[in-house]
Amino acid sequence: MDRLYPWILRTLGLVVPALVVALGWQLYQGAAAARHAFGWGFVVGSSWDPVFNHFGAWPFIFGTLVTTAVAIVLAAPLGIGVAIFLAELAPNWLRGPVGYLVELLAAVPSVVFGLWGLFVLAPWMRTDLEPWLIAHGHNFPLFRGAPYGLGFLAAGLVLAIMVTPFVVGMAREAIIAVPRVQREAAYALGATRWETIWQVVLPGARSGIAGGVLLGMGRALGETIAVTMLIGNTPAVSASLLAPGYTLASVIANEFTEATTALYTSALVEIGLVLFASTLVVNLIARLMIARLAAAGAAA
Amino acid sequence: MDGIAASLRNVNFFYGSQQVLFDVNLEVPERGILAFIGPSGCGKSTLLRSMNRMNDLIPGARLSGEVRIGDEDIYRPGADVISLRRKVGMVFQRSNPFPFSIAENVAYGIKINRLARDRATRDAIIERSLRSAGLWDEVKDRLHRPALALSGGQQQRLCIARALAVEPDILLMDEPASALDPIATARIEELANELKERFTIVIVTHNLQQAARVSDRTSFFLMGKLIESGETRQIFSKPVRKETEDYITGRFG
Repeated sequence: MDRLYPWILRTLGLVVPALVVALGWQLYQGAAAARHAFGWGFVVGSSWDPVFNHFGAWPFIFGTLVTTAVAIVLAAPLGIGVAIFLAELAPNWLRGPVGYLVELLAAVPSVVFGLWGLFVLAPWMRTDLEPWLIAHGHNFPLFRGAPYGLGFLAAGLVLAIMVTPFVVGMAREAIIAVPRVQREAAYALGATRWETIWQVVLPGARSGIAGGVLLGMGRALGETIAVTMLIGNTPAVSASLLAPGYTLASVIANEFTEATTALYTSALVEIGLVLFASTLVVNLIARLMIARLAAAGAAA
Repeated sequence: MDGIAASLRNVNFFYGSQQVLFDVNLEVPERGILAFIGPSGCGKSTLLRSMNRMNDLIPGARLSGEVRIGDEDIYRPGADVISLRRKVGMVFQRSNPFPFSIAENVAYGIKINRLARDRATRDAIIERSLRSAGLWDEVKDRLHRPALALSGGQQQRLCIARALAVEPDILLMDEPASALDPIATARIEELANELKERFTIVIVTHNLQQAARVSDRTSFFLMGKLIESGETRQIFSKPVRKETEDYITGRFG
């Protein structure tokens, strides 16, 4: 048995990486027809027309990038702020409950966020937020057009809420990992609490915080159901955040049952490949930054 | 000059409901080195940290009595803790440079206290502080390298330079050599000896030989009480109190 165990464990340990490699390989193979038909034109082509068997994924890539950007622009400051509050400022009686509620937010199924977005957020955006943005945006290209409610902004807002707990969690760990003696050094030189937090603690926690933001970005890139419910599902590229759009994940979810031709299926698989590769890269970078943080923590 | 740098009157200190200092009365003369000795948990570090109000950071910590730095009652309501900490520098048990470059470490106190109007002044203060800490020759060619790449002893001298850069009146040293090897320890002691001409130094140490070697005066603490205070030579050769004698002869502690 003693000789068998390491062997079994080693095999099990190799199964998971093998699955990842196999998945990537299968996607690559499945996308062969679309790759041969369109080449790199698939990534930059902006017409998605199943009827004429013409597939360009740019509107989906664009939608994914825009919703992710909106989510991160909102979630990063919010999440880092909450993390600073929890790690440095909150009194003990508040720290536990608030931290717990933030973690709970991460456990809510994304379809619930989608429902809330669809029935509460989107109508409010259509009647209040978007008319206000259009009126006060002074024709700023990001806030132009008709207030649909559904669109890049709605999807981005809900993504921001979904991603915030991940940013908070990582940023909080990173802030807590900054050695107490470094804070004391700052205070002992006459630094105020704010100076200590901004100039000593946050720079020390920088790579962990960046890792947390990237981890959130990985989540936002791949999030499917809530985005599908809020993005408007229109394969169009628009400069306005108020316009409806489409994302990589959403088009797969919506169209895999309708993909009747081999090329159509292959095009959807290639979209999956693009999504797989981009989330893999983002998560890899995030993990590396977090690992660097852990190494720095061990050295201190 | 034989003024009084700090004076403590009827100082009692509490962590929550636990009292750790009992009616401490002590005067710290200007210049020279005062050593606090005593077994672990005797309150010597707590007393040291009450002189720059570092204990404020611990929830539930409370002090009664009076602590004067110069002529300022530092625990009076509305006392300015920030300017107090500029006047009373501190070096910690474990070296704690910031994860910045060597130059930025020394410059940090200059920056937050706005002590340099221009770059040249700032650089001059950095050089002077590093020279005072006996580190200049070792680091002058790599001022912009990370401070954390220095050896333990160099890091501790960097922390001393950082504390000196804001020109404090008093330098508190909390077991500054306890994590260092004998050679680095000797460097720190040498340095303390040079600095005492210009600064008032209060040093907490576990190491009796160290107290005997470097300090001019010694205060012995036991279970939160100041047992005896006097010239170091007298404390180590003719202690008045029996507890002091028992401690320095190694009967406990």
